[in-house]
Amino acid sequence: MEFGPILRAMTRNKTGAILIALQIAFTMTIMINAIHIIEERNDAMARPSGLDEANLFYLTSTGFADDFNEQQQIEEDLRQIRALSGVVNAVQINAIPLSGGGWSMGLSTEPGADADGTGVAVYFVDEHGIDTFGVEQVAGENFDITDVGWRERTDTEWPDKTILTVAMATEMFPDDPMSAVGKTVYINDTEPMTVIGLIKTLQAPWNGWSGVERSMLVPQKMLFGSARYLIRTEPGARDTLMPQVEEMLAASNRGRIIRSMRSLEETRERSYRGDRSMTLMLKIVVGILTAVTALGIVGLASFAVNRRTRQIGTRRALGASKGDIMRYFLVENFMITTMGVVLGAIMTVIFNIMLVDSLSLPPLNVWYIPAAVLVMWAVGFLAVSGPARRASNVPPAVATRTA
Amino acid sequence: MFSYYFRLALVSMRRNPILSALMIAAIGLGIGASMTTITVNYVMSSNPIPHKSDDLYYVQLDSWDPNNAANEPNEPPDQVTWTDAMALMRDAPALRQGAQAKSNLVLEPPGDDERPFMVLARSNFADFFPMFDLPFLYGSGWDRDADEARELVVVLSREINDRVFGGENSVGRTLRLGGQHFRVVGVIDEWSPMPKFYDVTNGPFDEPEEIFIPFNTMVDFQFSRSGNTNCWKAVDGNGFDAFLRSECVWIQFWAELPSQAERDEYMQFLNSYVEQQKALGRFPRPMNNRLSNVMQWMENQEVVDDDAQVMMWLSLMFLVVCLLNTVGLLLSKFLAKSHEIGLRRAVGASRGQLFTQHLVESATIGLAGGLLGLGLAWLGLRGIELLFGDMVDRMTNMDWVMVLAAIGLAIVSAIVAGLYPTWRACNVQPAAQLKSI
Repeated sequence: MEFGPILRAMTRNKTGAILIALQIAFTMTIMINAIHIIEERNDAMARPSGLDEANLFYLTSTGFADDFNEQQQIEEDLRQIRALSGVVNAVQINAIPLSGGGWSMGLSTEPGADADGTGVAVYFVDEHGIDTFGVEQVAGENFDITDVGWRERTDTEWPDKTILTVAMATEMFPDDPMSAVGKTVYINDTEPMTVIGLIKTLQAPWNGWSGVERSMLVPQKMLFGSARYLIRTEPGARDTLMPQVEEMLAASNRGRIIRSMRSLEETRERSYRGDRSMTLMLKIVVGILTAVTALGIVGLASFAVNRRTRQIGTRRALGASKGDIMRYFLVENFMITTMGVVLGAIMTVIFNIMLVDSLSLPPLNVWYIPAAVLVMWAVGFLAVSGPARRASNVPPAVATRTA
Repeated sequence: MFSYYFRLALVSMRRNPILSALMIAAIGLGIGASMTTITVNYVMSSNPIPHKSDDLYYVQLDSWDPNNAANEPNEPPDQVTWTDAMALMRDAPALRQGAQAKSNLVLEPPGDDERPFMVLARSNFADFFPMFDLPFLYGSGWDRDADEARELVVVLSREINDRVFGGENSVGRTLRLGGQHFRVVGVIDEWSPMPKFYDVTNGPFDEPEEIFIPFNTMVDFQFSRSGNTNCWKAVDGNGFDAFLRSECVWIQFWAELPSQAERDEYMQFLNSYVEQQKALGRFPRPMNNRLSNVMQWMENQEVVDDDAQVMMWLSLMFLVVCLLNTVGLLLSKFLAKSHEIGLRRAVGASRGQLFTQHLVESATIGLAGGLLGLGLAWLGLRGIELLFGDMVDRMTNMDWVMVLAAIGLAIVSAIVAGLYPTWRACNVQPAAQLKSI
């Protein structure tokens, strides 16, 4: 290959080459970092919540009438909802996974204010909780109806039983998470709770929290002024049951408001809307950017071919084949692209370090860099192949013409 | 002369229509993407109360856990306890000050026809209204006596007044809130500062409140709070009273301190108050009280979304690529015109004239790109609205500052992109070009 002559020719007209190399470097920096963010978001969105999401919805009942008996109403509501045909199960709950709002506490394996607590999302449910979620119980047992008590908003005491997710048990008992069943954990520094069972997966309400897999179930029904019901339906029955349940509850007591009804699918959509939109915007940016860079290469290469028409003709007249001419432009482009990707790799890493530092993004997977190098070579090759082919079609006779 | 150069530029652009279109499109896309993301960042980081932002101070007291900072590194909690808020209200020396919290309440309109509904409520002290300059449509806020007397008064938003009272002057009318009869004392006009600086803890881009009630009244009736509550220490005992006296933080506290002397005095008060509380066994951490003005507080709370910042940096790099692209294409184009330039030089055009001519050509391309970019930015913002829906409410409006910035950015970009090629074009040696003809 004629690297030497091409390089010498290039140094005579550095600017064009430098511009393309810089463009490629920036394109590569944006592309890799954007794809890195897209991948990271896609991974986050793919995490299961543990729930039977397609068949769940929830709503809130807020009593306001002076004679509103909250406890009686909750028991009545749950009985009515569970009796509806098409409803698999229903439960009163304080927070919804993925919804963004909830309650967290710290659990520790030793009592005392100095013990290091592990943050955990708290879900107050009764013995129907596990079945309503559709989560898998992997060890121990479920709450019994006799375990379930009532909790006032400002109560600070905790019942003596709990069920943890496997992730929470792993955090607390890293050596043997399954052995957590039967062990005692401490809440509020000193209050003991016995772990009676483990469930496989149940996400906390905050999808951006690093401990999103850590949840605990607490056997209590709540007298908080507003009651939220989570309802699981037979497959396909959700959309008909939603308005039906809403009307039924509203009609059964005029002294309350039924509000904030939402399916879990919608909650997931809202929860990850920012991430999904971000990935879409990044894809558009990367797409347009690649097109702009490729068209820029086409434009510059076309100019180069036009300017060198006579020179090409002379080379052809002196015996260079069409393939030789074509190869010249391809090799030249390959060399420029290579300079670009070397610079691009450095810039990519620097930009990624900046993102990691200032915006706490996870660091880049290094394999993206060689992959992007291949992509940039391919883009450069495709972009320059058109002008290169045109160059190879310059007839030798051009050399004999004067202008 | 200028119009002649402009015509020459158009002729030159028409000679390579595809190339010219590519350059204009590149600048347009770069400007469009940049302005879209800059606008979102600009709105997120804008000053919500410019005429007073240096007078309003957010109060933080470090009442947190001796073993762990509320927020690393050694940041005090972002809200205060009820005990401290009440002590400050009683004794702290400020021109105006106020504790506030967020609630949800059931509103029962007068008359039997309309159904009750939930409203977003803020409970605050009398100073809230003059401190943050709320615009009143009817009536006014309540006064400090009403706070003391724990009166049942309410200020409505325009929207709620329209819905409940048909937009009439409702001052003096009553409605039921959380089961109690409240008297309307004022109706505010549209008021939704961006960001919602007075309560960033519960969301800097949340919807504005629909009603305002006295803080003490909210406490008296134990209305349900919907704001963020954080406790480092278990609440001692059951019941609302135990909660109030706990170390849980759930109240935002602002003070209006227009002069340095007042700020010093206030800080001194905070420090001596904490000393006094330490003697009582509270405040186990080292003294760490803070006063932050509005913009410092926005910065401290990092209200600008990380994603928005990442997108802005990426789109600015994208603009750089587009400009490099334009530089390369313009350079090639001008160099291809070397003969013409040489000829013009030979027949008497000065370098300065050629420079102006080609700069006009670059600026024309830049202006066209800028206009395209402005349109694309508008489209981009509509796209963001479409993607994010109600989550970016009011965040995607370009004001005239942004429109001017977009045009300015386009012209500067185009001239920067055009300067080097223009300079190269002017350095053409007429003799070298003419010889070969």
